[in-house]
Amino acid sequence: MSHTSVQKDYQAKTNTGKIANYLDQRVGMSGIIKEFGRKIFPDHWSFMFGEVALYSLVILILSGTFLTLWFNPSMAPTAYDGSYVPMKGTEMSVAYASALDISFDIRGGLLLRQIHHWAALLFMLALTIHMLRVFFTGAFRRPRELNWLVGCALLIVGILAGFTGYSLPDDVLSGNGLRIIDGIFKAIPLVGTYLSLFFFGGEFPGTLLISRLYAMHIMVIPAILLLLVAVHMFMVVLHKHTQYPGPGRREDNVVGFPVGPVYAAKAGGFFFIVFGIIAFLASTFTINAIWNYGPYDPSPVQAGTQPDWYVGFGDGALRLWPGVWPFHWEFNFLGGTWVLSVFLPFALMAGSVMMAMIFWPWIERWVTKDNREHHLLDRPRNAPFRTGVGVAGIIGYGSLMVAASSDLIATHFHVSLNDVAYVLRFMFVFGPLIGFLITYRFCLALQRKDRELVLHGIESGQVVQLPHGEFIEVHKPLDEYRRYKLVAFESPEVIPAQPNKKGKISLLEKTRGGLSKIWFQDRVAPVTPAELEAAHHAHHDAVEGTDSSAQIEK
Amino acid sequence: MGNHSDGVQAKSSAVVTSQEESKEKFPDPGLPHHAPRLTDVDAKHAKTAERQVVLLFVISILGALLFWFAYFGIKIGGNYYDVLNPEANNTLRLQNLLMGLGIAFSMFGIGIGIVHWARTLMPDHEMEESRHAISAEADRADAQEIVETILDESGIKRRPLLRNTLIGSVILAPLTFVTLLRDLGPNDPSVLKYTLWDEGVRLVRDPSGTPIKAADVTIGSAYHVLPENLNSLTHENGYIEEKAKAVVLLMRLDPNDLKVSAGRENWNVDGIVAYSKVCTHVGCPIALYEQRTHHLLCPCHQSTFDATDECKVVFGPAGHALPQLPIAVDSEGYLVAQSDFHEPVGPGYWERGKHVEEMKSEA
Amino acid sequence: MKALSQKRRHPLAAVILLAIALLLTGGLYAVATATNEAKADTSVSYTAQDAEEGQKLFIANCATCHGTNAEGTADGPALIGVGAAAVDFQVGTGRMPMQMQGTQAQVKPGQFNEEQTHQLAAYVASLGAGPTIPEAEFTDVSQGDAANGAKVFLANCAMCHNAAGVGGALTRGKFAPSLMGVSEKHIYEAMETGPQGMPVFNDANITPEEKRDVITYLKSQEVNSSPGGFALGSLGPVAEGLLIWTLGLGIVLVFTIWLTSRSA
Repeated sequence: MSHTSVQKDYQAKTNTGKIANYLDQRVGMSGIIKEFGRKIFPDHWSFMFGEVALYSLVILILSGTFLTLWFNPSMAPTAYDGSYVPMKGTEMSVAYASALDISFDIRGGLLLRQIHHWAALLFMLALTIHMLRVFFTGAFRRPRELNWLVGCALLIVGILAGFTGYSLPDDVLSGNGLRIIDGIFKAIPLVGTYLSLFFFGGEFPGTLLISRLYAMHIMVIPAILLLLVAVHMFMVVLHKHTQYPGPGRREDNVVGFPVGPVYAAKAGGFFFIVFGIIAFLASTFTINAIWNYGPYDPSPVQAGTQPDWYVGFGDGALRLWPGVWPFHWEFNFLGGTWVLSVFLPFALMAGSVMMAMIFWPWIERWVTKDNREHHLLDRPRNAPFRTGVGVAGIIGYGSLMVAASSDLIATHFHVSLNDVAYVLRFMFVFGPLIGFLITYRFCLALQRKDRELVLHGIESGQVVQLPHGEFIEVHKPLDEYRRYKLVAFESPEVIPAQPNKKGKISLLEKTRGGLSKIWFQDRVAPVTPAELEAAHHAHHDAVEGTDSSAQIEK
Repeated sequence: MGNHSDGVQAKSSAVVTSQEESKEKFPDPGLPHHAPRLTDVDAKHAKTAERQVVLLFVISILGALLFWFAYFGIKIGGNYYDVLNPEANNTLRLQNLLMGLGIAFSMFGIGIGIVHWARTLMPDHEMEESRHAISAEADRADAQEIVETILDESGIKRRPLLRNTLIGSVILAPLTFVTLLRDLGPNDPSVLKYTLWDEGVRLVRDPSGTPIKAADVTIGSAYHVLPENLNSLTHENGYIEEKAKAVVLLMRLDPNDLKVSAGRENWNVDGIVAYSKVCTHVGCPIALYEQRTHHLLCPCHQSTFDATDECKVVFGPAGHALPQLPIAVDSEGYLVAQSDFHEPVGPGYWERGKHVEEMKSEA
Repeated sequence: MKALSQKRRHPLAAVILLAIALLLTGGLYAVATATNEAKADTSVSYTAQDAEEGQKLFIANCATCHGTNAEGTADGPALIGVGAAAVDFQVGTGRMPMQMQGTQAQVKPGQFNEEQTHQLAAYVASLGAGPTIPEAEFTDVSQGDAANGAKVFLANCAMCHNAAGVGGALTRGKFAPSLMGVSEKHIYEAMETGPQGMPVFNDANITPEEKRDVITYLKSQEVNSSPGGFALGSLGPVAEGLLIWTLGLGIVLVFTIWLTSRSA
């Protein structure tokens, strides 16, 4: 430095400092480091599933990129000349032939295919578990409703990504899957036939479909996925992560570990662990043995024609809807044919599960009139109604998903296929209600157990005789940290229908009031210090508390 | 609730009375004290943990070596699924296993190593950071003012014609690209009406393509059948689309078992009946024929059709019966079609009712 | 007409009608399956003594359901004209004698040894012409063409038995059994005779050579291990989904809990 600069630069002493200095002057690195270097992330096992999904996506993109180097998405016919004996000389599409080549004639190709497919299954699994966690803990509440929407969009786009990928090898299994899509398109009133003709470039299956799906699968859908992930992560950083209630954890703080070094090390290490899990599965378990299915041909079909698990709910809905019972669900009306036995399973069964999921944050806010920001999560038991609804949703979705394997259930448990369908129809209709009621009561019971613990402590197993001859069991009181965990929650009350400005109660508001009543009329309030004191003075009283206002029971 | 007591009343009530500020809510006791780990207090444990991490990283390196050993060292090739020699399959399976495990170990080694390092050797003090409102009231007011200024300076409010034409052009411009989607496919649904079957077209076996003599179809047998003229088509001019519509299942039943409705008396040949194989639900081929019960089952969604009763739906989600192909015997004794199907094959669609009417009047 | 309608209600009328119907069906069947006789078995021959011994076995073990003269009863079909192949398959795989009446005869350890099966087959074959036990040439997989077999199998069999031949569900509790571990001869005989609900694939439909190809394809699936690792029963996406929801989720859970727990 021969000349002297007007402004004396900050001189770093270490090498790391010098690199940071260089970057700072060009991209403003120090601001980024100041913002993120010690940013706090809370730590809980249930918070890790979003990361599993993210890492699976990275592995999907990585392995998928490798697969594109050998896969050829052409539907042109060719005679197979690879080394899989049972197909030698068989006429098939170039796409299927190249998928077979990847499996048998390219070193490591089979492993890549299996890594890609297992990663896809894990991606959708992690996404689902992550969404369940967010739902059951109430993490979707303000200010995170929009991020819940982004998450729902990720789930739907993830299903599309999976389905387009499943269809690419052009084998009998995937071809029949596409044929089902054709049937579903055609069932859409008025425009369905045209949608089908446009989608396939003419009649099913046409000669264009695989390359069209390929463009979607490797370009459009991953781009949308990455964009949604970016928005999702941006919002996570903006909102800061939620945390479970507990001592020292408040609405206005985040407690956890700083990004550097602990959180970054754990999250970074976890990527390799997820990769390891997928590689382990891919090395030991065959997935999608496309060579068994044969090249796509519209004539054959095979037992066990099923989609991957995350599309199962749609396939199950198609199986459960009766076609001609109690009347024909396909009829002519208003100048067209209504194919309700195909349209309704999607619009009504699978569609309602999806819609309920998407709009839940707004439904809950409307009923509870709770528009505050929430950064502390609910323990599922402390929101009995929501938890009940969640379980009902799982049972509804689950019966559809199980229905997609009704034939395998029949053969493996030696029962009649038809009976399996009857049972699952019942499960879909009544299972959610039964599940809701049981879960709701179960949550209330767990809350009472918490009250009992706080008021009377833990049973020590030590029985003593008091001077006047009475035997009692000694109960050990909880320490204040543990106690705080059990009492730090809100227990909202019924908000009856309110008149509007004109002094009238609208029908909508009446509905809301009614829902609020169902929602909160049975509730268990957290123990108050006064109650605890009273319990200590009158230890012979029931655990429900001496103060009638402490717990409102039906 | 029986006899309950905490036994140490004096101490507990002392806790309660110490929180005089609230009788309604327990106060937040704050973060619990940090309990040191073994590695924090004992240098020997810290050293052990360090060695464990090193070992895990070494395992990772060994995993990578295992991968290369499997990739370069195991020679795959030959004929897979050879009925007489399973060696090729075994080698490929071994290579896949060892390469996969190599990657798994190299990843697990790094991952578990780093996490173990973080858990044992990096500080585990929980830290606190405060949350800030996503945006301040003052900011919001400022932002609103900026937006107002921008709108004002652009003059978009003062010049409505300019604004309206802009809106118009912005709406229309993207529609040019949407229009390009129009030619994704044809828009004439009437292609769904017809198949390759026609008067005199022979029924041939799938996949061999040989014609079928009526006498060859014994009671209880099922033939998977294609139209003979399908072979004249190629990939370019619709082979697979026509095949997708024309597939037929041929069965021979005891003529006494058949229920035949008016107008279909001549559609079978001594109990040999032919039905479209395309499920009327969503289009899977229905090929599962139970010759005792005469049921046809679709393996995709379990629609069940009764072959004795003109393939009406007896169970499952399908919406209408399978279309029947009228067949006859030609002069050489081979089975031929009398005509095309009398209704569109496959799943229902919006125009289907109309097509059925049209086909009735054409027949 | 009145007299006839009265006689129609006679308790014996149903039995007589049934007998006539069964005889007719048996006769028809015998005529209809004539196409199979072209490939009459020469490697297996039956002596009169075999048939005699077979009849004794039949009376003792099968007559309850199939009738003393194999004419069939309400509990079991007539066996006139079903041929030796049907007996060899049903008895050889242990399906017959049935353990109990049910939707479908189940496979169980065979009740008769090879010689007894041979004698039973001889007896039933003597009742009327029918499908015969295949010649060794048509069950020899070293002469078969797996590629053609795969085509025929996928077009005719995979819909019920699954693409990998591991079986599948049929209506009302019936099922198509797994073909893994079934002997070449029995696979051939099943195609020939159409046991239980299975359609008949006579030689006019699938030629003996094609049957051999199908057997070759199935055996190539059986003797080879899946190159990708455990095949999960070759059941397709459902088994894979189940694995990711159990083992996959389990492993992930263990790691997440370990990762977020405090070290001792």
